[in-house]
Amino acid sequence: MTTRAPVDPHETASEQELIASILAGQRENFHLLIRPYEKQLYRTALALVKNEAEAEDVVQDAVLKAYRKLASFRGDAKFSTWLIAITLNEARGRLRRENRAAIDSLDEKRDDSGDFTPAALTDWREVPLAALERREIRALVQQAVAELPDAYREIITLRDVEELSVNDTASLLGISVALVKVRLHRARMMLQKKLVPQLRLAAKAGRKRLGFGRLSWF
Amino acid sequence: MVLSCRHVWDRISGYIDNTLDPAVRADVERHLATCEICSAILDSTRNIIVLMADDRVFELPLDFSKRLHARLDEVLKHEDPEPLGIGP
Repeated sequence: MTTRAPVDPHETASEQELIASILAGQRENFHLLIRPYEKQLYRTALALVKNEAEAEDVVQDAVLKAYRKLASFRGDAKFSTWLIAITLNEARGRLRRENRAAIDSLDEKRDDSGDFTPAALTDWREVPLAALERREIRALVQQAVAELPDAYREIITLRDVEELSVNDTASLLGISVALVKVRLHRARMMLQKKLVPQLRLAAKAGRKRLGFGRLSWF
Repeated sequence: MVLSCRHVWDRISGYIDNTLDPAVRADVERHLATCEICSAILDSTRNIIVLMADDRVFELPLDFSKRLHARLDEVLKHEDPEPLGIGP
């Protein structure tokens, strides 16, 4: 969860060379530059707009914008973080245009501690994940993430799926490190509360169907 | 300091990310050692984070890349990146 791949200096160097070559006129190198990040951008867009076709449009628009604005990329942030920031902005713009966004105001309304009671299942360790099919689990997780408020969905996607650092997440979203931590905590606790009982129920059904006995998580 | 369950719940995320103060972390650990409920909540939260990360193995929609690069090509053929100093 907190282990992150170290930045490969060769990779960064060749990325900088690619960017320089594009700006010097070898435009087709832009294809190479963005290829490693396609999945990451798509996942981020999908987490926000929650619709596959729309997420694809968001990524396309974001990538075109990144190309047009490439000269303004300064090496002080990682290129991937810069790309994700553009993608987030595109996705947020769409949500705003459709009036689907209720970003922010979340944290002012709520007290940031003590307003949450997790799903306290002392026997939760017996949730027999092995009896659940992988895609069944994924569908439950995705549904639970999709139901989170926008600001929480953003944070948990960036931190726990994309594994960006707290600092990168904060600068990308333009909020403080402390607020990233608060929102991340709430998002995780909301998921825990929602998912643990669901996984347990689904596992029970799966166990019956498959005739499994008691199995442990993982 | 003796922590209540609720205090521990508020620190679970920080505990998992290892961002708690060493003294607070030690208090949380002492509580976890004897509290079945809180250690179950910790484990389940951890597992959910693992499940979230699992989402990274998924595949892109069919021909996603093809469509992206085709659209990009249309622009690359005709446009240079904007020079610095042009508005957003």
